[in-house]
Amino acid sequence: MMKNIRNFSIIAHIDHGKSTLADRMIQYTGVIDERSFKNQILDDMDIERERGITIKSQAITLPYRAKDGNVYILNLIDTPGHVDFSYEVSRSLASCEGVLLLIDAAQGVQAQTVANLYMAMEHDLEIIPIINKIDLPSADVEQVMEQIDSQLGLDPYGSLACSAKQGTGIEEILEAIVQKIPPPKGDSESPLASLIFDAKYDPFRGTIIYCRIFDGIVKSGDIIRFMHNETTYKVEEVGRFLLTRQKKEQLSAGDVGYIIAGVKTVSDVNIGDTITLDRNPCHTPLPGFKEAKPVVFASVYPIASDDYEDLAVALEKYKLNDASFSYQKDSSVALGQGFRCGFLGLLHLDIVQERLEREYNLSIILSVPSVRYRFTLNSGNVVDIDNPSYYPDPMTIAVSEEPYIRATMMFPERYLGAVMKLCREKRGDNSALNYPSPGRAELIFEMPLAEVIYDFYDQLKTITQGYGSFDYDMIDYRESDLVLLDILVNGDKVDALAQMVHRDRARTRGLHACERLKEEIPRQMFKIAIQGAIGNQIISRTTISPFRKDVTAKCYGGDITRKRKLLEKQKKGKKRMKMIGSVAIPQSAFVAILKSDQT
Amino acid sequence: MQPGIYIHIPFCISKCHYCNFYSVTSREYVPDFLESLFKEMAMYRDQFETFDTLYIGGGTPSVLPAEHLEELIQRIGNTFDLLPDSEITLEANPGDLDATYLTALRKTGINRLNIGVQSFDDAVLSLLGRRHTGTEALAAMEASRTAGFDNIGIDLIYCVPGQDMHGWMKTLDQALNFNPEHLSCYQLTLEPETPLGMIYRKGTAGLPDEEREYDFFIKTSEKLEDAGYIHYEVSNFARNGTFASRHNQKYWDHTPYLGLGPSAHSFKKNKRWWNHSSLPAYIHDIEQGKTPVEEAEVLTDDQLRLEALSLGLRTKKGINCIDFNMKYHVDLLTEKKEIIAKLKDGGLVDIQNGSLSPTRYGLAVADSLSLI
Ligand SMILES: Nc1nc2c(ncn2[C@@H]2O[C@H](COP(=O)(O)OP(=O)(O)O)[C@@H](O)[C@H]2O)c(=O)[nH]1
Ligand code: SF4
Repeated sequence: MMKNIRNFSIIAHIDHGKSTLADRMIQYTGVIDERSFKNQILDDMDIERERGITIKSQAITLPYRAKDGNVYILNLIDTPGHVDFSYEVSRSLASCEGVLLLIDAAQGVQAQTVANLYMAMEHDLEIIPIINKIDLPSADVEQVMEQIDSQLGLDPYGSLACSAKQGTGIEEILEAIVQKIPPPKGDSESPLASLIFDAKYDPFRGTIIYCRIFDGIVKSGDIIRFMHNETTYKVEEVGRFLLTRQKKEQLSAGDVGYIIAGVKTVSDVNIGDTITLDRNPCHTPLPGFKEAKPVVFASVYPIASDDYEDLAVALEKYKLNDASFSYQKDSSVALGQGFRCGFLGLLHLDIVQERLEREYNLSIILSVPSVRYRFTLNSGNVVDIDNPSYYPDPMTIAVSEEPYIRATMMFPERYLGAVMKLCREKRGDNSALNYPSPGRAELIFEMPLAEVIYDFYDQLKTITQGYGSFDYDMIDYRESDLVLLDILVNGDKVDALAQMVHRDRARTRGLHACERLKEEIPRQMFKIAIQGAIGNQIISRTTISPFRKDVTAKCYGGDITRKRKLLEKQKKGKKRMKMIGSVAIPQSAFVAILKSDQT
Repeated sequence: MQPGIYIHIPFCISKCHYCNFYSVTSREYVPDFLESLFKEMAMYRDQFETFDTLYIGGGTPSVLPAEHLEELIQRIGNTFDLLPDSEITLEANPGDLDATYLTALRKTGINRLNIGVQSFDDAVLSLLGRRHTGTEALAAMEASRTAGFDNIGIDLIYCVPGQDMHGWMKTLDQALNFNPEHLSCYQLTLEPETPLGMIYRKGTAGLPDEEREYDFFIKTSEKLEDAGYIHYEVSNFARNGTFASRHNQKYWDHTPYLGLGPSAHSFKKNKRWWNHSSLPAYIHDIEQGKTPVEEAEVLTDDQLRLEALSLGLRTKKGINCIDFNMKYHVDLLTEKKEIIAKLKDGGLVDIQNGSLSPTRYGLAVADSLSLI
């Protein structure tokens, strides 16, 4: 019964208590008993917890008997919190009718509170402000109410107060969800239209599709069709997410749940795609679909070449659960055998690197990330190149093009000047400005993707003091004057440090790369010369002077063990560096040369 | 080469401000200690046979009366085979070396004195917390000569907070004036758990930076080599080859050694073990009939190789690459060709007759050399 369903998300500034509140609601509604209650069920990956962001959405169904005596099905859909995953967030929010906007009573409205609010508004969701942590001595509920009014433009009297930690105010929140968030609209009699908002790999069942049914009904035995992929599968099982998956007869309009249909890998599913029935398809797919395509490419190499096979196995396993990640074989003169990988953005890249190292116990090096450029050669052939190693001979290039995006930024009006300036610096063009609500500016710019992937979002956050939100769409390729910037270490070209850049940027990038490498490469026993070059022309240079004294005075009395242990430790540190010629280059150097100085 | 034996005498009159060696200032335990030491010696009768060096260190062995030292040396001779031409070194504090004591020492069999002078500058000595003055140190050195010691080593410390190059050079001149057979010049190491270590942390004002340390190190080497000494190990100089410490050499080339007394380290084959750094624990174990070993380790081939490399590259002799390859199965000159060439270009190492040896500048970065 749709009128008994509520679909919602919790959005909050980091550390304001999203996970704690989710746990509390799970406990309160009794989905799990105290004993099996593990803290913060919703973020189940270590890395997510440490970074304080939820990487991938998950969902849980909370059956709740409200004061009116009826049992309601509350579907809580979790959302990731970074722009690399903004598309996944948008699909999760598209699956909801309302959000709880959580605010820390001691810290008040923070940047992400505002950015998240903007996103919820774009989806026309019912917003319930919740003031959390009222148990803290420094809690100031009055003040936060005032901020809700003045900074968020929401009715403060619609807000609720709670302590997720102590479990007070939880019932009121559950009641508010029932009373304020509208039940889903839709029609079970219409053809099936179901939105995929996440997919997870299960070693026994294949891909678990997380979806929201907008119209129609789906049950086991149905032949379903992914409208974008144009693939069909036979449904094996449908159900809901309680603590574990719980099988159901069917899912119908308004429901949030899962479909298992013999889909082998998560890469066979597109987040945002519409599932319909093969024999009775819906008229048009649900709106908002975008293909989550990799836009940043970098090569991964094992630090020890013996680890190549292990890396191959790790990538294969990792890929099972991450559809937006892609890879293929690659090799580098400087770094040996490796893989060229595609990522959604730099955070995605960081996460993949971290997981490969942590979960598969590998030490890896990543080459300098790049976007995918397009070259039309004199021969008329068109080639797409994301790896500087394959940069065509400049004599053969007729036209170079680089990918452009349309960036949409939202922030309080007072930052307009600073944001405009930043966008212009990033070669932004064709701007448009809107005011979706008083005081809130929406700025649209067309910019080269290469300018944005590195640290644009970080810079935007800095200049808007965290209040800016950012999203982008790829638009097209545009002609651009590109050059290959080589980096030489002690006279040897290091292909993994090369970058394709706009000619106007080459000199600054070259200087910047030299400076960052100087910071990242530890001093060694001999002088290290670092140079940036375009073709044979050196455009930047720096040297890392050698250290001259490091020896410990005493190594006698027979206590050699202590000394050896120190050396062993240093040796281990060195193993995490890549030897290029005789120079040891740390992992961090490869990514660092792209990051700006502020970050 | 035969194994060496080391005896740790864990007593000092007062504790120096930079010292992290194990010693106590009360001499209440001297009799118990000696008794335990003799028992400990007996425990190793089956594992060691012959020695050709004996090093009595500490602590301050010169706080013991000469009779005790004599008895100690006799005991060693009775328990093991101490070869007739053995090098027998006593570490001595200048404050203890008067004519009477020295004459008595001459009869004990001790044939090498290593005097902990550290400096001739009273300001430096008081900062270090030494219990003697510069003048006393000079007097002790002279008295040692007069008593007939013809193999005398002097220990000095540099890079002391506040010390300038001029002051250090003056100290070296004073040492050279005496024409000692051996000189050890240690850069002050600030051990965190010592009083000086607690006051001066890395980067504290007054402490020399890397460039200054380098200057001190190189100037010391230049000055002493100009005066005819051989800079044969990072911190050690000998007037000629025969005066290089035979005992210390054993630590550097994996020759077996037996260490007796609290905190002493021993090594044999691929095993290293060390005693409790606590006199009561040491005495207690021996009373129970156990060796007073705190911990032992068996070194893997990799560990032995790393040690051999790091210790070898701390000495002027360096590493004989052929021997090294036979023992550790690494052909350095081939496998590390590129980096060795680079180091050679940089003037840090020499390669001669298959030996890889550090230059003066290489010795200054010996820790990193061993990580190539
Ligand atoms: N005092 C107090 N602390 C809370 C409350 N809710 C959450 N916390 C604490 O705030 C921190 C961040 O909470 P968490 O749920 O991980 O925040 P998230 O980053 O929004 O998921 C944790 O240390 C929680 O224990 C609350 O109601 N009162
Ligand atoms: S005399 Fe030697 S062992 Fe004793 S405290 Fe001073 S430095 Fe340490």
